[in-house]
Amino acid sequence: MKVIGNELQIKGIVASIDRDNIDTDQIIPTEYLKSIKKFGFEDYLFDGWRYLDDGKLGISKNERKINHEFVLNQEPFTQANILLTRDNFGCGSSREHAVWALRDFGIRVVIASSFGDIFYNNCFKNGVLPVKLSKDQIEEIFKAEVGEMSVSLDSKKIEFNNTYQYEFEVEDNLLERIVLGLDDVDMTLKYKNDIKLFEELRKKEKPWIYADE
Amino acid sequence: MPNTLYDKLWNEHHIKTLDSGESLIYIDRQYLHEVTSPQAFEGLSKKGLLPWRLGANIATPDHNVPTERGDSFTVENISDDISKIQVVELDKNCNKFGIKQFDITSANQGIVHVIGPELGYTLPGMTIVCGDSHTSTHGAFGCLAMGIGTSEVEHVLATQTLKVSKLLNMKVIFEGTPQRGVSSKDIVLFLIGEIGTAGGNGHAIEFSGSYIESISMEARMTICNMAIEAGAKVGLIATDSTTIDYVKEHSPLSVDDLALAQKHWNNLFSDKEAIFDKEIVIDISQIKPQVTWGTSPEMVVDYDAGLPKLSMQTEANKKNIELAKNYMGIKEGEKLTDLEFDRVFIGSCTNSRIEDLREAASVIKGRIVSEKITEAIVVPGSGMVKAQAEAEGLDKIFKDAGFIWRDPGCSMCLGMNPDQLKPYERCASTSNRNFEGRQGNLGRTHLMSPVMAAYTAINGVIGDLS
Repeated sequence: MKVIGNELQIKGIVASIDRDNIDTDQIIPTEYLKSIKKFGFEDYLFDGWRYLDDGKLGISKNERKINHEFVLNQEPFTQANILLTRDNFGCGSSREHAVWALRDFGIRVVIASSFGDIFYNNCFKNGVLPVKLSKDQIEEIFKAEVGEMSVSLDSKKIEFNNTYQYEFEVEDNLLERIVLGLDDVDMTLKYKNDIKLFEELRKKEKPWIYADE
Repeated sequence: MPNTLYDKLWNEHHIKTLDSGESLIYIDRQYLHEVTSPQAFEGLSKKGLLPWRLGANIATPDHNVPTERGDSFTVENISDDISKIQVVELDKNCNKFGIKQFDITSANQGIVHVIGPELGYTLPGMTIVCGDSHTSTHGAFGCLAMGIGTSEVEHVLATQTLKVSKLLNMKVIFEGTPQRGVSSKDIVLFLIGEIGTAGGNGHAIEFSGSYIESISMEARMTICNMAIEAGAKVGLIATDSTTIDYVKEHSPLSVDDLALAQKHWNNLFSDKEAIFDKEIVIDISQIKPQVTWGTSPEMVVDYDAGLPKLSMQTEANKKNIELAKNYMGIKEGEKLTDLEFDRVFIGSCTNSRIEDLREAASVIKGRIVSEKITEAIVVPGSGMVKAQAEAEGLDKIFKDAGFIWRDPGCSMCLGMNPDQLKPYERCASTSNRNFEGRQGNLGRTHLMSPVMAAYTAINGVIGDLS
């Protein structure tokens, strides 16, 4: 699935949420996990903070009571494609819907000082780039009042306000998956024979694992 | 070279190192439920693929199911149409592909992390995955078990493997004997309070020490279950005679298979000289019953302690604490023991096993639920737990006290089925997450042990268990 496509540069508006430990229940509440689809979660992103009423799957943004205090309801952040936050973003539930909601809203980069492990993994399957910076760097960005930011995927750098520049680390293979929109299943099935050989040996050595088959 | 238990499990399941530097590891077991599987099955169908190994997969609906079902309930009786679609979809997918499912009418239906071990599908030494972060529960059996996203559920269905990088090793040693009224839930909450919800990020946590050796499989599952709340997607415990006895009782394996397997299982521990990237020792004899006050599991204190004061905080902490206190409706200077509760929930994949129900029932026996409590429910984790509890007369103890005795499911752990808090209701809950809105929009969750939840039901407030 190609979300970011072949772009190596992401430029855009940064929305910030100044909180630690934003869990995936906040990114998208459980109610919306009732969907059996992989798309269409944009109206439910940060639902509990974005609206003043209780929503249901299928009810759109236009029918809700908007919380105008929340950043994603304020201009120009309704168009934000980069999210800045603090520590341990995406902790908690494994729901990939959290990444789908960010992606569907248009968020393509999330910057935090750390991420929940499962969320971090899920990002790369859906073209969302999680960028880890130090706590001090994050603090600087919060203070700098960033307007627009540019994130370069090939040089692994973020730049803003013409003065700030930070390098970030991300494994090349993960980045490649975002840039090329590669599918893991297709890639792994190239090793079909390795898996089969491994499995046959395992069946012989540890038959109890396959006892009911 | 000496290995940790995690290293051993990793090595045993390692198929190959990929050019990318990641590894392809073999998955022995995948549990499926209705919420995180439909998109995975759809992906499989779109690619024209079939599950790699049908027998590796076990499914059951748990998140969406109503817990007031009674007899002769079928999927058609689910009144929330959207929930119904999801449960029906699981039925359809399991039928279409031929995956074994304990459906909503099955006597063995239940929370996936409760039924897996009790039906003998979780065996020591396995790699186990599920599209659910509480898959870490199965690590209690010396398994490498972890929660995964839906794309990975599809990947495992299609290839029987996972493409992952190795985690770091962390060892938590619990030494000592717990005080009266302190259970495994308190111990794991205490740990989360110590290391924080990001403390285990990037690590597999092995729990060990004399305390772990002394406790039951149910208690060990509670601890591994909440490893994810300490940031670790993998929690695990070495296999010992307690593990093997449990497996022998629950597994349908033949005597020959068991004998062969046991030789292997006896090796599922960390070598003495094994090196861990992080190590923590906790003297558990000093731990009091733990109760969360905020909106993250790390916001936890001794039940009778003062709460963090805003005036004493650094600027960075202050904001998080203030937001949490406001959400929870806790005034500055108030203690947990000052709060009046509205609801009590005993259940969830953390605390809905037979031992949990026995412990709660022992507090409740002969007493009645406080008038201040508008509803107190007990939701057994599975059909099997429910039947066992009824055979022991526990249901009668709960019902006589004024509790509602429910049918198995995730229930009020998450706001996905009819069991939800109303805005601003305060709940004493044995579940695992006190996030904002987790139990229903604007609901207020306090995590605690089954014993403390039972005490709260009787008294309307938390208090001294000794």
